Amino acid sequence: MDGSHHFATRRDVLRYASAAGALIVAAPLSACSRRPGESVAIADGPPAAVGAFIVIRPDETVLIAFPNPEMGQGVDTSLPMLIAEELDADFDKVETTQMPLELKYGDDGEITWKYAIQGSGGSTSITEHWDGLRRAGATARQLLVGAAAADWTVDASEITVAKGVIRHETSGRTTTFGAIASAAAQLEPPTQEPALKPRDEFTLIGTSQKMKNARAIVTGKAVYGIDAEMAGMVHAVMARCPYFDGTARSVDERAARAIPGVREIVKIDRPPLDGPYSVQAEGYAVVADSVWAAMKGRDALVIDWDHGPYAAETSAGFKDHCRDLLSGEGQIVRDDGDFDAAFAAAATTHEAHYWEPYVSHAPLEPQNCIVHVRDGSVDVIAPTQSPSGANRNIARVLDRDRLSIKVQPTRLGGGFGRRLSTDYAVEAALISDAVRKPVKLLWTRDDDLRHDFYRPSGMHHLRAGFDADGKMIAWTHRLASASKYYRRPNMPETNYYRAELYTDDFPAQLVENLRVEYFSAKSGAPRGSWRAPAHTANAFVVQSFLDEIAAARDEDPLDLRLRLLGEPQELSYEQHGGPVFNPGRLAGVLRLAAEKAGYGAPMPAGRGRGIAAHFTFGGYVAQVVDVEVSAEGHLRVPRVVAAVDVGTVVNPNGIAAQLESGVNDGLSTALRLAINIEGGRVTDGNFDTYQLMRIADAPREIETHIIDNGDASAGMGEMGLPPLAPALANAIFQATGTRIRNLPIGDQLSA
Amino acid sequence: MVQLTVNGESREFSGDEEMPLLWYLREDAGLKGVKFGCGIAQCGACTVHIDGQAIRSCVTPVAAVDGASITTIEGLSDGETLHPVQQAWIEEDVAQCGYCQAGQIMAVAAMLEETPNPSDDDIDRNLTNICRCGTYYRLRKAVHRAASLKRGG
Ligand code: FES
Ligand code: FES
Repeated sequence: MDGSHHFATRRDVLRYASAAGALIVAAPLSACSRRPGESVAIADGPPAAVGAFIVIRPDETVLIAFPNPEMGQGVDTSLPMLIAEELDADFDKVETTQMPLELKYGDDGEITWKYAIQGSGGSTSITEHWDGLRRAGATARQLLVGAAAADWTVDASEITVAKGVIRHETSGRTTTFGAIASAAAQLEPPTQEPALKPRDEFTLIGTSQKMKNARAIVTGKAVYGIDAEMAGMVHAVMARCPYFDGTARSVDERAARAIPGVREIVKIDRPPLDGPYSVQAEGYAVVADSVWAAMKGRDALVIDWDHGPYAAETSAGFKDHCRDLLSGEGQIVRDDGDFDAAFAAAATTHEAHYWEPYVSHAPLEPQNCIVHVRDGSVDVIAPTQSPSGANRNIARVLDRDRLSIKVQPTRLGGGFGRRLSTDYAVEAALISDAVRKPVKLLWTRDDDLRHDFYRPSGMHHLRAGFDADGKMIAWTHRLASASKYYRRPNMPETNYYRAELYTDDFPAQLVENLRVEYFSAKSGAPRGSWRAPAHTANAFVVQSFLDEIAAARDEDPLDLRLRLLGEPQELSYEQHGGPVFNPGRLAGVLRLAAEKAGYGAPMPAGRGRGIAAHFTFGGYVAQVVDVEVSAEGHLRVPRVVAAVDVGTVVNPNGIAAQLESGVNDGLSTALRLAINIEGGRVTDGNFDTYQLMRIADAPREIETHIIDNGDASAGMGEMGLPPLAPALANAIFQATGTRIRNLPIGDQLSA
Repeated sequence: MVQLTVNGESREFSGDEEMPLLWYLREDAGLKGVKFGCGIAQCGACTVHIDGQAIRSCVTPVAAVDGASITTIEGLSDGETLHPVQQAWIEEDVAQCGYCQAGQIMAVAAMLEETPNPSDDDIDRNLTNICRCGTYYRLRKAVHRAASLKRGG
């Protein structure tokens, strides 16, 4: 990149940040020579921290930093749109870059965000930054306008701004952001919060914008964690115990040390049994001059592993364990009315069991992290969804002050929840602490698949009862699963259900007698958050069960859903995505998707069209999935039509992209994905057996239809996924008469 | 000693010739657009052109490319003028996390040399690179767009 765009001068820039909703100072930037997509290129330690900022350059380009890590969900575009809207910048001249982690000690002495929340998870980026980032933009605009007003000795209220051009209508004078920025930088920031635009004055929010860093990506210049470097760094690859919570009995390092380039071998201990994870597994890190030497060194280690406390665990055994649990009585976590009496009195009853396997996140970029531990400071470059988690957990294992640990998040080659866990960053920190050099730790695909925090697996048991008039009067959802809420401080087993069953989910509050029951199953497989966590399993079972009920009652599946959802109303929803669930909005997306897809039209033999809808973390999505099943049982999904209501839409193009991603992720997972366990270890080590979907199986048509009624904005990173699997299963039932109750589908149709 | 040409530049390598070309390109030549995803020729993130053929560099030992000419994503464009596939990728806004896309683009660029006007079935048969983010819908549209950009000049 040519140097003229770099911030050679210090006075031509403005720096703003929104801290806890309030405004920060205008101040010159510290040295920063980054361009989008190059945010952590080769540097001697992480680049200088620059904070939440807007930089206006003399050439009229505007650089905006986004606080949350970008992992493909589009925050490198959508979050800067919030700032640019209120700034009235020309978005075509906006470049965007990743903000480093910025923390501070709050008034209470606890660590807190310095400028803004900086984690990516739970589809919260837009919601949590909706006000703060718009205020940051409005404040910068106010300073620019103030500088122009002072220059022209006119009243600021007479000045208008559009696309980076500042105009005084009566005198006809104009200036630009680039020309006035250095004068604006001298002004004191306003003491009063600037007014924000009413929604009908938005000119950018609600328009389709393409991804900002596309050019860097298509030219191979985008920098992911795996591409970052620190001067003088060494490489590390680890041999971890493949058995859940196993330990090393002995190690023979001689052959590994004999490999040219291998420097040191560092033991990493297993975390305490049943205690919180710092790292996941016991292992040995081979530290070498090159990645290749480290890999060869790892292969040359001879380690005798103890098979650990879960040595007998198998996938089949775990399924039996869940089935056994369901035959008993569990923890009742919601109990409305009298389920038993209503079910006993019902005119017709329905019952089914469903199975969800463990699945892996498998982001395409394997885990990696660079850490340099020095006496007084620690520098971290990490592809992480949770830079503050990396900071906190490294501080804990090294016993350091959190502010002495600088974290620069990179662009992530996928996250899906895996990179909320920071075990790989802690490993890199422990290795660097041992060798006192910058260490770049690389996981191979094997490491990633065998040492994931998997989406919890479990067996669901559903029952429903209808009275003689066809009214649903009883519903129960019973789940035996290995919860992801385990090995956590202050988390009693009676709270494990909270991660796996959201008790306010549909049809709660819409059926008088409803019971939700949880059984905590034992498994050694590490568990964590996987895109749309429990919604993926629960949407599948609830929406499949409704279809089964509709078929048994000879009622149309869409009609059944619509009559159960009823009229729009605000039901209380206490879990993430609340405080309100409006069944009318779910009915709204169902109707729209059905209409756009031609739902209900007769289908030729071997074809089916299924529908499903789900409320995920504040967003409402319905999908209609078409399938074709050949005589041999080969499945194809030619088309998916979706309707989305996630409130006020920032970037419709981004909504469509995330919907398409959710559809393909949902389909890929439903078709073939399961993590298999034998002898207390994961047997799947690469994409040869863990078969992610390729383009040949991907729908050729995906339509996204958006309802925007101006409701509060919800995110879109996860909502597109949950309806896919049940809509697919429902379509398969229509096409073949076969009901999919166990995932993945695998070869169930050809059997 | 292995002699090779990378993005038009002659280079020599005298280290462990069993090392996969992937690591040579990333670590020795500093071409980090070539990505590591699986190491067993399954995902295609490491796709480069060897004498014009799309090859998965993670299973290609350096020894095998003696005398060969290699092009990586960094060498695909003509200076600032993007290759039609790169241009189509921007126009269709394909990338999400973007990690697979360099490999996808290299695979498509090679395919279009053999099959300038691919049908959807051609795409299904020829493109086996994995995109974990599921950008396949736009990716397919971008392949068709790239084919027409390429034909148009
Ligand atoms: S890294 Fe080479 S094919 Fe996956
Ligand atoms: S865009 Fe993320 S893997 Fe393809």
